[in-house]
Amino acid sequence: MRPPRNYFVRSFQREAGMLSRVADGLYWMSRYLERAEHSARLVDVELQLWLDQSPDAGAGRWRFLLEALSAGAETGPVDPTSLVDKLVFTRTNPSSIVSCIAAARENLRQGREQCSSEMWEQLNRLYLEIMGKKPEEGWILNSHGFFWMVQEGAHLFQGITDSTMSHGEGWQYIQLGRYVERADTLAAFIGAHFKRLAPPADRAVEAAAYLEWIGLLRGCGAFEAYCKVYTAEILPLRVAEFLVLSPDFPHSLRFSVDRINAALHIIGDLTERRANLPTRVAGRLRARLSFSQIEEIMAQGVHAYLEAVRSECAEIHSAIRDIYFDYPIEAELAS
Amino acid sequence: MPRRQRAGRRSTQGALPAAIAPVRNLVPPSFQHYRFESSYDEMFEAPGQPRAHYQALYQTLLRLPPEELRRSQQAADLSFLHEGITFTVYGNKEGTERIFPNDLVPRIIPSHEWAQIEKGLTQRITALNLFLNDIYHDGKILNDGVVPRELVCSCRHFRREMRGLDVPGGNYVTICGTDLVRLPDGCFAVLEDNLRVPSGVSYMLANRKVLKRVFPTMFQDYGVFPIDHYPQALLATLRGLVPPDAPVRNDPVTVLLTPGVGNSAYFEHTFLAQQMGIELVEGRDLLVHDNVVYMRTTAGLRRVDVIYRRVDDDFIDSLCFRRDSILGVPGLFNAYRAGNVSLANAIGTGVADDKAVYAYVPEIIKYYLDEDPILANVPTFLMTREKERSHVLQHLDQMVVKAVGESGGYGMLIGPQSTAAQREEFRTRILADPRNYIAQPTLALSSAPCFVDGEVESRHIDLRPYILFGEKVTLVPGGLTRVALRKGSLVVNSSQGGGSKDTWVLRESTNGLVGSERKSAGLHSVNRTTRPWTV
Repeated sequence: MRPPRNYFVRSFQREAGMLSRVADGLYWMSRYLERAEHSARLVDVELQLWLDQSPDAGAGRWRFLLEALSAGAETGPVDPTSLVDKLVFTRTNPSSIVSCIAAARENLRQGREQCSSEMWEQLNRLYLEIMGKKPEEGWILNSHGFFWMVQEGAHLFQGITDSTMSHGEGWQYIQLGRYVERADTLAAFIGAHFKRLAPPADRAVEAAAYLEWIGLLRGCGAFEAYCKVYTAEILPLRVAEFLVLSPDFPHSLRFSVDRINAALHIIGDLTERRANLPTRVAGRLRARLSFSQIEEIMAQGVHAYLEAVRSECAEIHSAIRDIYFDYPIEAELAS
Repeated sequence: MPRRQRAGRRSTQGALPAAIAPVRNLVPPSFQHYRFESSYDEMFEAPGQPRAHYQALYQTLLRLPPEELRRSQQAADLSFLHEGITFTVYGNKEGTERIFPNDLVPRIIPSHEWAQIEKGLTQRITALNLFLNDIYHDGKILNDGVVPRELVCSCRHFRREMRGLDVPGGNYVTICGTDLVRLPDGCFAVLEDNLRVPSGVSYMLANRKVLKRVFPTMFQDYGVFPIDHYPQALLATLRGLVPPDAPVRNDPVTVLLTPGVGNSAYFEHTFLAQQMGIELVEGRDLLVHDNVVYMRTTAGLRRVDVIYRRVDDDFIDSLCFRRDSILGVPGLFNAYRAGNVSLANAIGTGVADDKAVYAYVPEIIKYYLDEDPILANVPTFLMTREKERSHVLQHLDQMVVKAVGESGGYGMLIGPQSTAAQREEFRTRILADPRNYIAQPTLALSSAPCFVDGEVESRHIDLRPYILFGEKVTLVPGGLTRVALRKGSLVVNSSQGGGSKDTWVLRESTNGLVGSERKSAGLHSVNRTTRPWTV
C-alpha cells in the first residue's frame, strides 16, 4: 500500500508540515464525525430489530447496544426512550450523536482556513439541522429519517472533502481520524456481538439468531456486500471473516488498518519524519491482520482478539499525538 | 435550532411564505413610509426625485415585487448562516453566533466622490504614520507644541516600550479602517480612525458576493468597481513588511494571529487567512526562542517572519503587557524589538486613534505634509479644555459623549436619546476624569434606502473604507457601509443592532442615469428584468 515517494509533487510544497493544532483539529473532527455516523447506523439498526421482537425481550438488547457503543454499562431496568435519548440527544454525554456533530464542527472551526468552504458549509448545515431536532413523544419509532440524515450528511461531507480539498497533509489527517475511529468502533461492536452470541462456527445460524447476525452486518453497513461474496447464507465464521479480514470492504477492520498505514506513511514523508513510532505500531497491527486466518481468530476467541486490536488502536492514537500534535518543544529546539 | 430564524433578522420573515397573499406579488415595494429628514439622503435630491447615480436602482426597486426581494433576502440570510458568516455576541451563552444582518439595497458612490475620499484617506494615513514615527522617536511635533505632550503621554494606548524602535519602512499603521460619515451638506467627514485592529472587511466581501447573485444584470449596467482583490493586496502589503534580516526575504512566512474561536471576528480571521493562503495561528501555536518566533507544525518548528495580528496590544505578550493574557505569545515583544519579526499593525498605534488626539489630526496633517486636510474632522470638544467642557456640560442633551480609548460603540452617551440619570452619570464621569472623554455635537448621519418588511425605508448609514499602507497606499473601491437598522437609530455598530450593505463605487459618474439618451442608444438597462437570486 505504500505509495511511491513523489518528488515531483514534493517540489510544489513550500515547506513541510502544517500547524499542529490544526492537524489535531482535522483529525478529531474526522473521528467525531465517524463516531456520529457509526452510532446513528447502529442505533437505527437496533431499533429496527427491536420492532421484530416481543417488547419484553428488549432489556438485554439495550445493554448490548450500550456495550457495543462503549457507552458504559447500565444496571437495572433500561427504558428504551431515555436510553436512545442518551445516545442521541444528551449534550452531557460526549459520545451522543448531537455532541459528536457539535464537536466535529467545533474542531473544523479550528482549522477552517485549511479546509474548503464547501466542507465547512456542509458540516455547518448538518449541525444546524441536527440542532433543530428535538425528541418528541413516540419519536424513536419514527426515527429512521433522523438517523438517515446523520449518515447521509456524513457521507456527503466525505464526498465533498474528497473532491474539494487538496489531498495533502491535512486531508491525510482526516483519513487518519476516520479510520482510527472506524477500526476502534468496529472492533468494539463486533467483539461485543461475538461475546454475547458465542456461535457454532460452521453451521448456518437458526432462525431466532438469524436476525441478530443480520443486525451485525447491517450495523457495519455490510449486509449487501456480504451477500455478494458469500450469498445470503449467514455463517458466523464467514461473517467474522468478512468484517475483520476483508481487504476490500470499507467497513472492515483490515481495510481500516490498511488506510491508517497508508495515511501514516504519506504523512511521514510529507513531514520528513519517517519510520517513527506511529508507523511502526500501525505496521505491526496491519501485519497481524494481513496474516491472520479466521479459524485461528475463532479458536482464540473473537472478542479477545478484537480487544487486543483495540488496545493497539489506542496505542496508534497516542503515538500520533506524541509525534505530530503535542511533541516536546525542547527536543525540537535542540535539533 | 430555535434561534436560527431569529438570528438578528426582522421578525416577520419567519412567517413566510404562507402569510403572503399572492396578490401582493404584483405590487412593488412602496416608498410610502420613506422618511425625509434634515440629514443628507443618499438616494433622493427631493422626495420622489432620485439623484442621477441612483436612478436605475430606483426604477428597479419600483418594478421589483417585494416577494422576490424578500425571498432573496431570506436566501442571502440562509447562505450567511450556512457559510458561518457570523459574529459572536459577548455575554450571551445561548446562540452566541449571529449573522451580521445584511441589507440588499446597495449604497452607491459616484466616482468623483470616491476620488475625493481616496485622496483624503491617503493623505490622512500618511500623516498619521509620520506622526507615530515622530512621537516614538524625536517627538518634534511635541517639542513644537503642536500636539500637547501630556495628551500623548497620558494616552492609555501610548506604549513607552516602543520609544526608539524602528519599524520597517516607518510603517506603523498598515491596515486602517476609517469611519466616514456624510454630513447634511453632502460632505464626507472622518468620524473615527481605527488604527489598531479594524474589522469588517470580510463582510464587505461577503456582501458583494451576495449582491452579485441578487442583481447580476444591474452590476453589469452600472459599471461597479470590483473589490475581490483585497486579500491579495493585503498579502502583498504584509509581505512588504518582512524584517530586513529575515533568512528568506523573498518568501517570508506570514501568519494571521487570532485570539481564537471565541473572538467576535473569528469568521473574518479564518476568511482572510484562507483567502490569502496563510496560516491562521493562535497564541498557543507560537513560541519565542532566542528572540525568534516559531510556530509548531507537524514537521517541527518553523520560523515566522510577519504576523498580521488581530490581538490587541494589551494581550499580545504577557511578559510585556497584560500579565494575565493567555491569548498572546510570551516574549513576542522582545523578538519584535530585536527586529526578527514584523507586526501589522505595529504596537502602540492606538495613541493616534485616541479620540482626543483625533481632534488634532488636521494640525498633524498640516505639520507633516504642509497640506490642508482633504477630509474634515467632525467638530470635537476636548473635556480637558475648561471652556469646551462647561459648554458641553450645559448642553449634554445635544451631545454625543465618547470615552477616548473605546471602540465598537461601547462607553458612549447619545445625548438626545439619553435619560436624565444617564446624563448625570456622564457629567460625574467627565468631571472625575476629563482626559478620558470628548464630546461631539449629535450628527445627522446620512440616510439611505433599506429594505424593511416589504417596504423601502430610510436608515442612517456610515462608511468604513479599508486602507492598506505599504510601499504605496491601496484602497479597494468601496468599503463597509454600516446601517443602523433600528428606526431612527444613529448607532451602526454590529454589537448594537447594526447591519451592513454592499457599497458600489461607480467607474463613471454618469452610470446609473436613465435619461432618454441612454435609452435611444439602446441601453435598456432598467427595462431588463433583474431576477433576484432565489433558492
